[in-house]
Amino acid sequence: MVEAIRDAHIVAMERDEKVVVFGQDVGYFGGVFRCTHGLQQRFGKHRCFDSPINESAIVGAAIGMGAYGLRPCVEIQFADYVYPAYDQIVSEAARLRHRSAGDFTAPITIRMPTGGGIFGGQTHSQSPEAIFTHVAGLKTVIPSNPYDAKGLLIASIEDDDPVIFLEPKRLYNGPFDGHHERPIVPWSAHPLGEVPDGHYTVALGTARIHRAGNDLTVLTYGTLVHVAQAAAEETGIDAEIIDLRSLVPLDLATIVESVRKTGRCIVAHEATLTSGFGAELSALVQEHALWSLEAPVVRVTGWDTPYPHAHEWNYFPGPARLGAAMRATLDAR
Amino acid sequence: MSDHIPEAGGEPLRLRIPEPVARPGDPPAFRDLHIDRAGEVRRPPIDVAAADIIDLGADMIRVLDVRGEAVGPWAGTLGADELRAGLRDMLTVRAFDARMLRAHRQGNTSFYMQSLGEEAVSCAHRRALDPRDMCFPTYRQQGLLITAGYPLVDMVNQIYSNSHDPLRGRQLPVMYSSQAAGFFSISGNLGTQFIQAVGWAMASALSSDTRIASAWIGDGATAESDFHSAMVFASTYHAPVILNIVNNQWAISTFQGFARGDSATFASRGHGFGIAALRVDGNDYLAVHAVSSWAAQRARANHGPTLIEWVTYRVGAHSTSDDPTAYRPQDEPSTWPLGDPIERLKNHLIRIGEWSDERHQQCADAVDAVVRAAAEEAERHGTLRSEHSAPSSMFDDVFASMPDHLRRQREQAGY
Ligand SMILES: Cc1ncc(C[n+]2csc(CCOP(=O)(O)OP(=O)(O)O)c2C)c(N)n1
Ligand SMILES: [Mg+2]
Repeated sequence: MVEAIRDAHIVAMERDEKVVVFGQDVGYFGGVFRCTHGLQQRFGKHRCFDSPINESAIVGAAIGMGAYGLRPCVEIQFADYVYPAYDQIVSEAARLRHRSAGDFTAPITIRMPTGGGIFGGQTHSQSPEAIFTHVAGLKTVIPSNPYDAKGLLIASIEDDDPVIFLEPKRLYNGPFDGHHERPIVPWSAHPLGEVPDGHYTVALGTARIHRAGNDLTVLTYGTLVHVAQAAAEETGIDAEIIDLRSLVPLDLATIVESVRKTGRCIVAHEATLTSGFGAELSALVQEHALWSLEAPVVRVTGWDTPYPHAHEWNYFPGPARLGAAMRATLDAR
Repeated sequence: MSDHIPEAGGEPLRLRIPEPVARPGDPPAFRDLHIDRAGEVRRPPIDVAAADIIDLGADMIRVLDVRGEAVGPWAGTLGADELRAGLRDMLTVRAFDARMLRAHRQGNTSFYMQSLGEEAVSCAHRRALDPRDMCFPTYRQQGLLITAGYPLVDMVNQIYSNSHDPLRGRQLPVMYSSQAAGFFSISGNLGTQFIQAVGWAMASALSSDTRIASAWIGDGATAESDFHSAMVFASTYHAPVILNIVNNQWAISTFQGFARGDSATFASRGHGFGIAALRVDGNDYLAVHAVSSWAAQRARANHGPTLIEWVTYRVGAHSTSDDPTAYRPQDEPSTWPLGDPIERLKNHLIRIGEWSDERHQQCADAVDAVVRAAAEEAERHGTLRSEHSAPSSMFDDVFASMPDHLRRQREQAGY
C-alpha cells in the first residue's frame, strides 16, 4: 500500500504542478513509512520538502497555500500527532469556504497513518476519525487496500475541499486480518494489491462491497475490513462486508440496501466505542432500515481506554471478537 | 494564482529550502558549528539581566580543553569523587543502552531509544539539581533517571512490559515515569512537557516552595508551538524553571536547520523573551554541571528562568526503527568536533591524577555487571514475548474510579 500511496502522489504531481507535498521527514528521506520516497528527487525540493516539527504550522501553511491556489498534500507523521493542528483543521480549513462564501477555499489533503497493531503504545496507535467526521466541512477517507488507496488519494488531492486521509498503518505491508500470530501476507498475494498504472480515481462517498453475503451486514473500514473477512470465514457466516472507504461523504444507499437485505447489522471499528463513528452508523441504520432489522445493531470496537502497549491484542477488536458478535447477532431474535 | 506574470523588472520570488552541509556520500562537515576555546567565555553573576549576556547565547561555554585540563571561570564546581561518580553515571547509561539494544534484537522488547554520545547532558544536569526538583524529560534523558538512582531493574521491567512493569504494560518502552525520582511521565507527543514544566515551576512559586523545574526538549521539537508557549509563560511570570534544549543536530532525518538552527543559535531564542540564554558544549561534563548549577541557583534565588542550548550529537540511530545511513554520511558521528563525553571526562580525571585506564576498565566492567544483573532480574519477571501484567489492568486508571461503562466493557472483554 506504501507504493500505491507513493504512486498516487506521483500521478497527482505530474498532472498538476500546483500539487505540493511537505511534512516531517517527507523530503530527502521520503517519510518514516516511505510513502513519499523519491518524490523530492523526482519533482525537486520545491515540490516535496521537509518541514519543521509543528503540525499546526504544517496544516496552517497548507491552508495558506490553498488560499493562494496551490493544492497541498501534507503528511502528519502519525495520526496521534495531529492534535496540535486541530484548531487549524476545525476552525479554519473546515470552515473557510463557508465563512468566506466561497471567496477562499482550502483544497488540501492531510494524510496520516492511523490505527494500531505495531506495538506503538498510546501515541502511535490511535484512530481519531470521529473527531474529524464530527466537524462540518471536512471529508474523511480511509482506504483498506492499495487499489483504493491510490484512487482515493488522487481523488482527495483533486477534491476542492479539505480531506483527512487516514492510512491504516498495519495495512501498509499487507492485508492484515487480526491474526498477529501468523506471518505477514504481502499485498502481492492479494487481488486488491494490484494497482493500475497512471491516473484513476475512486470517488469519495462510494462504499465497496468487500464480500457479498446474506446473513448479516458488517459496516466497517480500514484494517477491520480484513478482520471481518477472517471472522466470516472462520465462523462460516455469510456476512456482507461493506468497506465504507469514505466516512464523510458516506454512501448511505449501499448501507441501507444491504441492511434491508440481511436484516442484521454489525458496526466495527478500531477506535474507542463512545461517540465513535459506529454510533453514527448505528443511528443511520436505525433511521433508514429499522423495519428491516431482526436484531439490534451491534458495535464491535476498541475499548474506551487509551491504546495499550503490551496488551494491544487484548484491545484490538480481532476476528475472535468480531466472530462472536456475528454469531450472537445471528442468534438474536 | 501561480500563473501570475511578474511585472516588468519584478523578480520572481524564491523560497529557501534548507539543506544540511553533508548527505550520504558527501564528506561529513561541521563547518557551520561555532566553537569557542575552553575557558574563554565569561561567567556572569547569577542575578545578571538577560539583556546583559546576549553574547552568551552565541558563544559556547566549555571547561575541558584539548589536553583534558579544566580551565576558565566555569571550572571548579566538582571534586574528584563527584567527577568519578559522574563518569560512572555516564558509563551506566551507555552500558544500559547497549544492553537494551541487544534485548530489542532478541525480541524482549518492541522498541528502544539510546542516548549514545549525549550522556553528559542529562547525567551532569541531574547532579546539579536538588533531588526534590522535577524534570520534564523527553525520551532521550534516561541519564536523569539513572543519575537520580532510580532502580535499573524497574527501567528494564518497563522496557520489557513484564509483570513488574511499574506502568503496567501501558506505555511504549522508555516512556518512564517516576515522581519519586523527579522524573515526569514521558509523553510520545513532542514538546507538550515543556510548558507543563513551566506550570509546575509556577505552582512551586505560588506555593512558596523552594523546588524548581527542569524542562527538556530536542532541537527539532523546538518548532512545536508548546516550546513558544513555555517561553512566554516562563518569561511573563519569571517562573523558577530551567529550559533545556538538547541540540543533537538531528530530528530523525531532519537536520537542525529545519528548526532554524542554521540561521541563529537555539539559545538566542531566549532573547526575544528576555530570558537569560546560554549555549554550552554538551559533551563537556564539567561545563554541563557548572552551567546547570548556575541556572539552578538563579532560579532558586528568584532571578527567573534560564534557557540553555546543549550542543551535542546523536551518535546512534533515532530509535530502533531508524537507519541514519539513509540521510547522513556514515562517518559523520566520528567527525563530530566535540568528541565523546565519557572519553573527555576520563581523560580529565587521568590528567589530574585521579584515574587510570585500569580503574576505568574496572569501573566499566563493574557497571556492565550491574546492568546485566538488572536485565537478568527483569527477565525473570517476563518480557514482551512472555507473560506480562494482567490485561484487565488496561481498564484501571482511565479515571480515579471506574465508571459503569468501563466496568461493562471490562466484563465484556472477559476480565
Ligand atoms: C507532536 C509530535 N510530532 C511528531 C512526532 C514524531 N517524532 C518523534 S521524535 C521526532 C524527532 C524529534 O527530534 P528532536 O526534537 O530533535 O529530538 P531527538 O530525537 O533528536 O532527541 C519526531 C518528528 C512526535 N513524537 N510528536
Ligand atoms: Mg534532535
